[in-house]
Amino acid sequence: MMITLLTLLLCGGILISGLLAVQLDSMVSAVISAGLASLFAAVVYVVLAAPDVAMTEASIGSGLSTMIFLYAIRKTRDED
Amino acid sequence: MIKRIVIFLVLVMLAAIFLNLAANYSEKTSLSPLAHYYAEQGPAELGAANLVTAVVVTYRGLDTLGEVTVLFISAAGVGLLLRRTRRKADDEDLEKGDRAEETAGVHKPASEIVETATQLLLPMVILFGIYVFLNGHLSPGGGFQGGAIIASGTMFLLLALPESHISRLMVAMTESLSGFSYVVIGVLGVILAGGFLDNRIMGLGTYGSLFSAGAIPLIYVFVGLKVGFELSAVLDRFRKEDTGPL
Repeated sequence: MMITLLTLLLCGGILISGLLAVQLDSMVSAVISAGLASLFAAVVYVVLAAPDVAMTEASIGSGLSTMIFLYAIRKTRDED
Repeated sequence: MIKRIVIFLVLVMLAAIFLNLAANYSEKTSLSPLAHYYAEQGPAELGAANLVTAVVVTYRGLDTLGEVTVLFISAAGVGLLLRRTRRKADDEDLEKGDRAEETAGVHKPASEIVETATQLLLPMVILFGIYVFLNGHLSPGGGFQGGAIIASGTMFLLLALPESHISRLMVAMTESLSGFSYVVIGVLGVILAGGFLDNRIMGLGTYGSLFSAGAIPLIYVFVGLKVGFELSAVLDRFRKEDTGPL
């Protein structure tokens, strides 16, 4: 029961940060909140007993890809 | 107007597909025959304590090779698009003042806290990455995860010490050598054991110890190095363009 509740809460977190990523005006905030969605997803994977996937999601999804997006935004800033 | 209708139709179609999936969802209570085989025979056949690794590296080894190839192609694509020769053409387009302002912003050093913390944490992060791919056959994680952790160590380095230099030759050599060795091990599997990427070209060792599961640790070391260096190279490429001509 607790696990189900936790999973639902985390999935809510994914949804909210996903929506924020679409809605936010600032590009940087949108990228950060997309990374946040990945972070929530990683925790969901841990809860659902898939630690292998969780590690990939946490390091690549929320770490590296966020960073690469930020670099790319900085590079294309003037063209927005 | 027509755009809105199309979007609406696409959304309705997606909703129908997902509704169908959700409505027919039922929790599985037993393994499928193939999964059953893996779960029953995997540990005895391949000697890997982490069954996920046994499937990813050996039974589905070809898929992993495909993933590594995809990553290689994307890294090569980034390298091609962001190569340094483009810089000159760009410089002519940009106004001089703009350029100077941009580089000035980039060269602003990170705060002392970030710098010190990075110097303290970086060796540990790298070590953890190595631990993850060396223990891929025993605990969760593996080559990809370990490589990604090493690359996040590189990310720390680039954030805290933007001036630091990463040898491109070293990165390229390590990356291509590990990729090559990975494929060589796969081919050795065909010659010495049951098929491509078969891990039984080496002794299986004691179940659950570090040196066990045949060639899986070796394969994961190569995959980990390749992924780590490749992702580091991608990050480095993105940064290099920012810091101007080097």
